[in-house]
Amino acid sequence: MEKIKSLADLKKKREDLQSNLKLRELGDNVDNLIQVKVAMATCGIASGAKQVMEVIINECNKRNLPVVVTQTGCMGYCYAEPTVEVKKPGQEAVVFGYITPAKAEELVNKYLAGNELLDGIIPVNYEKIDNK
Amino acid sequence: MANYKYHILICGGTGCHASQSAQIKINFEQLIVEKNLTDDVQIVETGCFGFCEKGPIVKMLPDNTFYTQVKPEDCKEIIEEHIIKGRKVERLLYLDPTSQEHKADSKHMGFYKKQLRIALRNCGFINPENIDEYIARDGYKALATVLEQNDPQATIDIIKKSGLRGRGGGGFPTGLKWEICSKNNADQKYMICNADEGDPGAFMDRSILEGDPHTIIEAMIIGGFCIGATKGLIYIRAEYPLAIHRLQVALEQAREYGLLGKNLFGTDFDFDIELRYGAGAFVCGEETALIHSMEGLRGEPTFKPPFPAQEGYLKKPSNVNNVETFANIPVIINKGWEWFSSIGTEKSKGTKVFALAGQINNVGLIEVPMGITLREVIYEIGGGIKGGKKFKAVQTGGPSGGCLTEKFLDTPIDYDNLIAAGSMMGSGGMIVMDETSCMVSVAKFYLEFTVEESCGKCSPCRIGNKRLHEILEKITQGKGTMEDLDSLRNLAQVIKDTALCGLGQTSPNPVLSTIDNFWDEYVAHVVDKKCPAGQCKALKKYIIDPEKCIGCTACARVCPTNAITGTVKMPHEINQELCIKCGSCYEKCKFNAISIK
Ligand SMILES: Cc1cc2nc3c(=O)[nH]c(=O)nc-3n(C[C@H](O)[C@H](O)[C@H](O)COP(=O)(O)O)c2cc1C
Ligand code: SF4
Ligand code: FES
Repeated sequence: MEKIKSLADLKKKREDLQSNLKLRELGDNVDNLIQVKVAMATCGIASGAKQVMEVIINECNKRNLPVVVTQTGCMGYCYAEPTVEVKKPGQEAVVFGYITPAKAEELVNKYLAGNELLDGIIPVNYEKIDNK
Repeated sequence: MANYKYHILICGGTGCHASQSAQIKINFEQLIVEKNLTDDVQIVETGCFGFCEKGPIVKMLPDNTFYTQVKPEDCKEIIEEHIIKGRKVERLLYLDPTSQEHKADSKHMGFYKKQLRIALRNCGFINPENIDEYIARDGYKALATVLEQNDPQATIDIIKKSGLRGRGGGGFPTGLKWEICSKNNADQKYMICNADEGDPGAFMDRSILEGDPHTIIEAMIIGGFCIGATKGLIYIRAEYPLAIHRLQVALEQAREYGLLGKNLFGTDFDFDIELRYGAGAFVCGEETALIHSMEGLRGEPTFKPPFPAQEGYLKKPSNVNNVETFANIPVIINKGWEWFSSIGTEKSKGTKVFALAGQINNVGLIEVPMGITLREVIYEIGGGIKGGKKFKAVQTGGPSGGCLTEKFLDTPIDYDNLIAAGSMMGSGGMIVMDETSCMVSVAKFYLEFTVEESCGKCSPCRIGNKRLHEILEKITQGKGTMEDLDSLRNLAQVIKDTALCGLGQTSPNPVLSTIDNFWDEYVAHVVDKKCPAGQCKALKKYIIDPEKCIGCTACARVCPTNAITGTVKMPHEINQELCIKCGSCYEKCKFNAISIK
């Protein structure tokens, strides 16, 4: 593993990575990827986030959808776990709550493959510091 | 498979429901059928937008238009104008109170931005087990800057000027703490992260560690550099297995990248971090007890001074900070102290993470700027009280804190205001209670916790809290006297004044604050032998209304102690001596003839 030995090293590394992560931040730059994030903190896992993530990955594979599925930390909506955020290219991210494995399948079939929303949408109500 | 072009999101939260959002949904549904739009438009109900005051809310996707105070009769215009002609309905857009302009997009509505995520900036955004994602979001940049600059005092000054205060409860200025420790000379110093998080109901530290472990690592290295420590220790409770796992992964990755270990960033500064596991005792969150526990001694506090900065881990100068405190450090360095200190109130800068719990609709983790009011937190972020009940109090500061009542709903939340209001910030648990909560029972609950968690080293806390608890128990049993109320106050004061550590010094707070704010409720328990909230079982009385009772005998048959007697078709009666207040008859009665007094 290449060690990071200076601020310049770090900057370079960051730039390399950012082009990668852009896909996560500004979905519109990547043509066709849908990003799915499953909140996997203790609260999420306790209410079944692991199984949900598996279902999403399997279903997307089955249908060959252009989707990246990753895990992330607590989004703060503990009352509605498991929660899943879906960001389609060029659109705002939508957060879905109360995703059971069965609903995960529905999510893939209806919203990822088509453009049909499910109930249990959580309006995101916080501000990120990046755009400050 | 449907491929809708538009989505109409209708708020289905409690507030908007009360102002006819259900009818709005029906109207939209009818309209899209009428206009032949069922293949193009989908109508979805969502959770609360936190904007109930301007409800009902309707949001249009994909263009993110945000309509407020929509009435059922507005639906037609929205469909005809917005969906069919592609023109926004100006008059329904949010009117910005300061600029008097209509704002179409929720992103530009100041009102909507109640939450600001600094400590939680990466939680729910990056994959915590991938260091690359952290680096791509400016991770380790603050560390690199600090090390290149190579001037510990300059960094300490930045933290001092930012106004950051400890998030572990005490609110001590972090920069000052680092400065004190940096001035103490020793061959070895330690940077310690307090991840004990013992406050019942609080889980913000866990969430940060699980969602963004590298932030803590980066901040600890920066802190270590500032105070002159080469070793970091994270004291974390063993009950947090996922947080521990994520930390281990993160530490490993940081070492691989050379961000921990020798000669960081090509300088001669070395730093590494070890994990230490706690067994989950509340008192071990107190810094001296924490240090003793790490040394392999009993987790008991010792008198301060000496402070950890003078004599800490292995008698070497040590600095203890809370997880959330650390999580703010890299951002302050990256964005500057001016930016950080522009957020918050005069003496409390930045944001605070709260774990919202209790009788509130949106239970969860929130991060808000200091100075926000309880009203905003409860009604705008929390979505209001469950079941539309009435707000009674908020408990902050956990077992060391107190209750805030209605009269504090509009007080800006910061360290000093909370103390002035008889509570404290604590680590950030916020438990919301409605009218069905009995405040004597609440005080008793917290004392049960402190009695259980007292380390037993000093008698005011060990014995005093037990006595306090006994008196409260007596009151909830309906056996209390007015003298008991006096003893409660006196004893509480003595414990506060004489206990050795913070646990004992603050343990009477829940009692004192409920006595101050809910004196009448205590008196009702003692004098009238009644629990106004109807929660104290021993004080409940089930009574049959002879007017309503038709003598169906259902209650008599269900009563486990045969306390109910009466003849068929004649009003029945409950023998209060035999009644064990199980409530079976109350549930069984079909005629609402039984009431709780
Ligand atoms: C009984 C008791 C329990 C405490 N528990 C914690 C805890 O769980 N986490 C924490 O960070 N601080 C806790 N503290 C406060 C610590 O003693 C210490 O002040 C804090 O970790 C300092 O960090 P800060 O300046 O960043 O807040 C506790 C204090 C007392 C008296
Ligand atoms: S106040 Fe309580 S917890 Fe603190 S030292 Fe005394 S007995 Fe132990
Ligand atoms: S209930 Fe609709 S915004 Fe809160």
